[in-house]
Amino acid sequence: MKNAPAAEQPNPTPAGATPVQPATGHEHPPDSPLSIHDMTVAYQRKPVLWDVDLDIPEGKLIGIVGPNGAGKSTLIKACLDLIPKASGLVSVYGKPYRRQRKLVGYVPQRESVDWDFPVSALDVVTMGRYGKIGWCMPVTRAHKQAAMTALDRVGIADLASRQISQLSGGQQQRVFLARALAQDARLYFMDEPFAAVDAATEKAIVAILQQLKTSGKTALVVHHDLHTVPEYFDWVIFLNMRVVAFGPTREVFTQENLHKTYGGKLTLLDQAAQALVIAERGGS
Amino acid sequence: MKKAHAINRRGGAHRLGACALAAAALFTAPTPAWARTTQSITDTRVAWPTLSDLISVITLQGYNTRLVVLSTAMLGLAAGVIGSFLLLRKRSLMGDVLSHATLPGIAAAFMVMVAWGGGGKSLPGLLAGATVFALLGVGCVQLMDRHTRLKDDTAMGIVLSVYFGLGIALMGIVQSMPGGNKAGLESFIYGKTASMVFNDFVLIAGVACACSAVCLTFFKEFKLLCFDDGFAQSQGWPVHTLDLLMLILVTCVTVIGLQAVGLILVIALLITPPAAARFWTEDLRKLMAVSAVVGALSGWLGASVSALVPRMPAGAIIVIVAAALFVLSMVFGTARGVLVRARRRRRLDRRIARQHLLRAMFELNEQAPASHTGQTTTQRDASVTFRQLLAARSWNTRALKRLLNRARRAELIQPTPAGAYTLTEQGAAEAARHVRNHRLWEIYLITRADIAPNHVDRDADEVEHVLGTDMVAQLEQLVKLPLPKRAVPASPHG
Repeated sequence: MKNAPAAEQPNPTPAGATPVQPATGHEHPPDSPLSIHDMTVAYQRKPVLWDVDLDIPEGKLIGIVGPNGAGKSTLIKACLDLIPKASGLVSVYGKPYRRQRKLVGYVPQRESVDWDFPVSALDVVTMGRYGKIGWCMPVTRAHKQAAMTALDRVGIADLASRQISQLSGGQQQRVFLARALAQDARLYFMDEPFAAVDAATEKAIVAILQQLKTSGKTALVVHHDLHTVPEYFDWVIFLNMRVVAFGPTREVFTQENLHKTYGGKLTLLDQAAQALVIAERGGS
Repeated sequence: MKKAHAINRRGGAHRLGACALAAAALFTAPTPAWARTTQSITDTRVAWPTLSDLISVITLQGYNTRLVVLSTAMLGLAAGVIGSFLLLRKRSLMGDVLSHATLPGIAAAFMVMVAWGGGGKSLPGLLAGATVFALLGVGCVQLMDRHTRLKDDTAMGIVLSVYFGLGIALMGIVQSMPGGNKAGLESFIYGKTASMVFNDFVLIAGVACACSAVCLTFFKEFKLLCFDDGFAQSQGWPVHTLDLLMLILVTCVTVIGLQAVGLILVIALLITPPAAARFWTEDLRKLMAVSAVVGALSGWLGASVSALVPRMPAGAIIVIVAAALFVLSMVFGTARGVLVRARRRRRLDRRIARQHLLRAMFELNEQAPASHTGQTTTQRDASVTFRQLLAARSWNTRALKRLLNRARRAELIQPTPAGAYTLTEQGAAEAARHVRNHRLWEIYLITRADIAPNHVDRDADEVEHVLGTDMVAQLEQLVKLPLPKRAVPASPHG
C-alpha cells in the first residue's frame, strides 16, 4: 500500500476505516498535495497516532475532527516535522516535505505563542515572508507590502501597527491567518483557527478558505464545531488516535462515523498506549 | 581590593559624603550651577574635592578609570542587546546556569596552564576554560531534559549548583598547588575591576562589539525564534542551531563579564536591562536599543561610583545601578510603567463614572412626571436635582459634585436657574446611547442567556462601557427589538 501510485488508488483505506468511494469521476493527480504513508507518532514512547495513511485531494477544504486527545494537532505537527515520527513518510506534491517547505503554510494554535511579545500585527504577518527573504537579509518594502495585503485580506489592515496584545482573540487569529497567507503557499495546515473567535472573524476565515479553494489551494483545518463541518468542508478526516473515516463530507459525515469517533469509552488503542508507557516506567 | 584604582584617598567620613554625593550627582547630571548651589548647604571641604574627582571620573580622565568604565559600559551594552532575546526566549535561568558553570572552567584552565609550565594567569586562557565549561553545563541541562523525565528547572538547578560546587572544590585544590600565581583567582566569583589592563579592555570591547553585531545580523531570525519557534521550524529555520547560537552569544557576554562583574552577578546584567526596557516600549527594535542604553549606563555609572569610593566592588554597584534604573523604568516607563497604567485606569474610571451619571439622569427623566410625551428620547429638558442623583446610585456627595463639574465642563449637562441639572443635546444623545446599550445587554442576558431579570442590571453595568459598534450590531440582530432604529427600549426589569 505504501508504494501504491496515488493515481490508481486515490484513497487507500487503512484497517478500521470506513471504506470510501473515490470522488465521483475525479482522478487525483499523481502528486497529491499531501500523502501520508503509514505514519505512527509517539510522545515519549506513548503512541498518539497509529498507522495514518492518507492521500489528500487537491483543491479541497479538509476538516480534521475528533475528540480531545485524538491527535488532531499531532497529525499536523508530525506532517510539518515539528515532532518526530515513530515511523512513516510524508510527501508534499510528490516530494519529501523537507524539500517542499515553500509550498506549505501553517497556522498554529493561537495559544501556542505569547501575545505579550513586543511586536506589531504587521511584524507578525511579515514573519510569513521570512522564508522568502532568506538568512540575515533585511525586510524590504515589497515584503512589507505583501504582508499588508495579507492583513487587508483578513480585514484588519487598519490594525497593522497595533501591538499584538492589544488585539482581541479574533483579531489575533486573523493575524495568524494573514501570516499564513503571506507565505503564499499551495497547501495550508490550520490548527483550530475557529477556536474562540467572534462571529465576524469566523465569517472572515470562511471567506478566506473559500478564496483559497477557488484558487486551487488545499487546506487541512482542525475543527471542533461539528455543526459547521458539512457547511465549511468538502472532505473530512475523522480522527481518534487512528483514521476512523476519511472521505467527501456528504459520504462520511454520518451518525455511525461520529459515534465511532466520539464514542465515549477509552478505546483499546489508548489503553494499549498507556500500558506501553507504564511498562516503560517499570510498572508492568 | 587594596590596590583599587581609587582616586579619592581621603578619610572615611569624606568618603561617605563623597559616595552619597556621587550617587546623587550621577543621577542628576551635574552642572557647575548645581555645584554652586549645593556648596552652600554642604560642607565645602567635602564637596569641592569630591566634585573634581567626580568630574575626572565621569569624563574619564584617569587612564585606569577610562579602561574600567569603558569596559563595563561596553559589557553592559552587549548584555543589554543579547539579554533582550534571552528574556523573550524565556531562557533567563539558563544564563544563570551558564555563569555558574564557568567557575570550574577557570580553575581547570589554571591547572592546565600551570601544568604546561605557564604562570597560569593568562586571562584569555582562563576565559577559554570558562567558555568550555559554560557550554558543558548547558549541554548537561539539555541532555537531562531530553533523556530523563525531570522538568527543566530541576535540571538547571542541579547543574548550576553542581558546577559551582565543583568550581569551589577545584579552587581549593588550586590554592594548595605548588607553583603558579594563583592570587586573585577567586575574584572571578564577585568580580574585580582593579586588575584590568589594556589588553583586557581590548578583549572585552572586541567580544562585546562582535556579539552585538551578530545579534543585529540575526535580528530577524532571533525575533522569529523567540516569538514562534514552531512556525519558524515549519518554515525550515534551524531552530536548534539558532538556539545554540544565542546561547553561545550569552556565554561570550557572561565570560567577558566575569572579570568586571563576577559570575554570580553577571546574570543581573543580562536580565535587568531588557526587563527595564520592556516598560518603555512595545517594539522589539526599540526594546533592544533601550536595553542596550540601560546596560551601558549601568556599567558606566556603576564603575564610576566604584572608582570614586574604595572598597566598593564594581560588580555590586553596577547591579545596584541597573536595579535603580529598573525601578525608575517600572514607575515612569511610558509604555507599561506604573504611572502610565494608573493614568489610563483613571481615565477609564472617569469615563465610566460619566456614563453612569448620564444614564442616571436619563433614567430619572424617564420616571419624572413631567415627561408625558411617551417618547423616551425627547425628555432631556426635564431637570434633575442633586438630591435625586445622589439617591440614584451609591456615590458620595463629593464624588458626585466633581463628576457634575466635569460633565458640565464637557458640555454634557447644564445647570438650571433652580439649581438642578438638565442634559444638553450632546449629553442626551450620549445618555440615550448608553441606556440603550445597557438595556440591549440586559435583554440579551434575559432572553438569550436565561439569566434572571433581577440579576442582569449589575452585569450590564460593567458591559455597557465596552460595547463596540459591531457588538451592538450583533446584539440588535440577536435581540430583534420591535422598535425603530436607535430608539431606547424600556427597562426589562422595571
